[in-house]
Amino acid sequence: MTTAVLERPSESEPATPQPPHEDPHPEFLRTYVFSTDHKVIGIQYIVTGLVMALLGAALAVLIRLQLGWPEHRWELLSRLLPSGMPGGVMAPEFYLAVVTMHGTIMVFFFISYVLVSGFGNYLVPLQVGARDMAFPFLNMLSYWVALLSALTLVASFFVQGGAAAAGWTAYPPLSAVAAAVPGSQMGQTIWLLSMALFIASFTMSGLNIVATVFSTRAPGMSMMRMPLTVWSYFIASILGLLAFPPLTAAAVMLLLDRHFGTSFFLPSGLMVGNQLLTNQGGSPLLWQHLFWFLGHPEVYVLILPALGVACDILPAFTRKPVFGYRISVWSLIAVGALSMVVWGHHMFVSGMSPFTGEYFSLVTLTITVPMTIFGVNMLASLWGARLQLRPPMLFALAVIALFGSGGFGGLFLGNATADMQLHDTYFVVGHFHMMIGGVTLMATFAALYFWFPKMFGRAMNEPLAKAHFWLTFAPFFIIFFMQHFVGLQGAPRRYYAFTTYDFLRETRDANLIISVAALVLVAGQLLFLINFVWSVFRGSRAAANHWQATTLEWTTASPPPHGNFGGAEPVVHRWAYEYGLECGASDFATQNVPAERVPVTA
Amino acid sequence: VTEASLVALLFAALGIGGVWYGAGTSMPELASRHGAGIDAMMNYLLVTVGALFLAGYLALAWLVWTGARRRVIGPRLATRRAELMLSGALGLGMALIAEGGVLAIGIPVWAEYFNAAPPADAVAIEVTGQQFMWNVRYPGADGVFGPTEPRLIDDAGNPIGLDRRAAASQDDVLTINEITVPVNRTIRIRLRSRDVIHSFFLPHFRVKQDAVPGMTPEVVFVPTRTGSFEIACAELCGLAHYRMQGTFNVVSEPEFEDWLRKQEAP
Repeated sequence: MTTAVLERPSESEPATPQPPHEDPHPEFLRTYVFSTDHKVIGIQYIVTGLVMALLGAALAVLIRLQLGWPEHRWELLSRLLPSGMPGGVMAPEFYLAVVTMHGTIMVFFFISYVLVSGFGNYLVPLQVGARDMAFPFLNMLSYWVALLSALTLVASFFVQGGAAAAGWTAYPPLSAVAAAVPGSQMGQTIWLLSMALFIASFTMSGLNIVATVFSTRAPGMSMMRMPLTVWSYFIASILGLLAFPPLTAAAVMLLLDRHFGTSFFLPSGLMVGNQLLTNQGGSPLLWQHLFWFLGHPEVYVLILPALGVACDILPAFTRKPVFGYRISVWSLIAVGALSMVVWGHHMFVSGMSPFTGEYFSLVTLTITVPMTIFGVNMLASLWGARLQLRPPMLFALAVIALFGSGGFGGLFLGNATADMQLHDTYFVVGHFHMMIGGVTLMATFAALYFWFPKMFGRAMNEPLAKAHFWLTFAPFFIIFFMQHFVGLQGAPRRYYAFTTYDFLRETRDANLIISVAALVLVAGQLLFLINFVWSVFRGSRAAANHWQATTLEWTTASPPPHGNFGGAEPVVHRWAYEYGLECGASDFATQNVPAERVPVTA
Repeated sequence: VTEASLVALLFAALGIGGVWYGAGTSMPELASRHGAGIDAMMNYLLVTVGALFLAGYLALAWLVWTGARRRVIGPRLATRRAELMLSGALGLGMALIAEGGVLAIGIPVWAEYFNAAPPADAVAIEVTGQQFMWNVRYPGADGVFGPTEPRLIDDAGNPIGLDRRAAASQDDVLTINEITVPVNRTIRIRLRSRDVIHSFFLPHFRVKQDAVPGMTPEVVFVPTRTGSFEIACAELCGLAHYRMQGTFNVVSEPEFEDWLRKQEAP
């Protein structure tokens, strides 16, 4: 038993320098599997999320095969998926299950795991100069519950009726009545249980990040010296804590409606599958309010860390401070606050009062102010830069680009009048893929390339990483940019095929191009996987401060020892963006360099 | 530097190509009165946002192009004032474009669509969504829809559960997946659903409204062009969601009267 791994030294203990590894032969299980070390847990989240991403990407391929070549018989797939694709042609019920699971997996089990929980766990304690998270055991628990939730979700493919098929938004009555769609048999129940587990896990993790930021910052690390990464995780976690509980309640209510005869979401007189239901007095709109009360803040839970991470990667490759740090912090806070009161813009044509619709429209569009400010600050950070286009920087530029184009799409959808035509079309699909799909995906890759040397003590192969950038950003942009215009032409989302409508004839060519680009995109990710696995074992050794960056994680070894800073707690003397200095051989100062050695500039 | 040029070129190409591609696509040809306002809203956004998008991508390309050639960084820190001026001005400018559009163009359309009382001679129609078809009902000569009762639903002969004993029910006209209306008259469609949520979508008319079980939202609009148009479902409703299709015929007033009379005659 290695007490060093199990017990975190209390804050009151004098900070005596300790050797990085107290026990030369730590027990494998305690160190790498049931670890309470935030770095191990972070990497566990990241690896789990990447595995789930493979599944999500495979589902995306199935979607694109169907939409690009609607009548084609895929002989090989008929052997792999005999019930979903009998004779090689996808069954409509399987298509809906695939769409639902693709969305659920990518939002909750890829982006949330890798970018929010994974990097949040890994980076926040290191960047605030703490030895670990505030509650290491709770942290371990959150990971194992998260893993259970992912396994539960995947299991739902194998139950009677197949996986849930009511979309990732799971609107009742479709999701509440087993006879409404095959996926609403056991699959939907498992989906709801998986969501409940996910929320429990995410709440533990969010609570931990908030507590860590509040209580374990190193001496001198004032709030306004925190890197934007920490700020973004901090605000995203607060949003998660406020927004997730209503969905937990909604999930329980829907389970009760499904299995215990309650009528939270089911009005009287429903006639589904030739059966008159006995429910009375429920409202399908109640679910939509509860779902989007979570759902809208949730997109900011995903996107704020993406922006924060990009902001901290930029200056390492522009070699000058970010533009407007304080304004960016206040923008993040404003966005967080506003995101709690705009959920109704998902419901403009739901039957909700049109007057409420105008309120939600006007409030939604006020978010453009802080978001534009943040975007402009990122762009202005490139002003006067000595740019180095290393792989993390390429992906950080992609974050800026997609944040721009995705944000512009939001101006259409937040506008109730324009949304009347665009609601539930591919315009929406294009928009949210640019934002919570693209901005987050590009930030995830930027973060993986940037912090990989810190995590594993080795560098990834750069030519391969650059090739990966070209095969990721360009096809991604083409796919989802074009989908906006497929939506403008009127194509509704979640359609199994566009072959039956005359007015959608023109979208078929676009869908073919989109499908080809999607296959290129997915194939390009193999470069990343190969590079990642190869570099973990064979990458060239990386120095402690591989990118000449300023935040605290770069002041300790790569990978950092248990306890992060080798027993000596760092003391912070400056903000996180001390780049572009003229001080001897180097042009930067890490946050722990005292003012006597290098003057503090902000 | 060559690589930087390529990256800069990529951003510039996506910006220019994006605007070019967007300009080449269009919405289904307009066929309703309020739709002109929605199209005006859309065109306003397409032009302003298109310009901002192009400017943004070209700026990104230019910053990459010049940044990669720079040996010494420019001014290290902007003054607090400069920071506020730049991001504040652009943030507020953007809000002006976004909110200004809603207030100046959006709200009048919204008000016309939702808030104007339909005239007395409006054509009343009821559409009841069902997996996977649209049940259409006209009130008949008496102008009153007969009462319905879910327990009377019988898929063979009575898909909406019409109480045929009631007097008001006698002249109700029922069709499936087919709506016929006169051109240039106000149409008011009351939407219902008997199972899950559907969304009544008339792409050419800029009409989209969810049909929610337990609710009876109404859409009011004026068709301005004769022809046969498609009805689509825009809210996921199950297996055949993608072909929950209907026909919306806009005809002249006499043709409409003829059609209705033919439907009434049993």
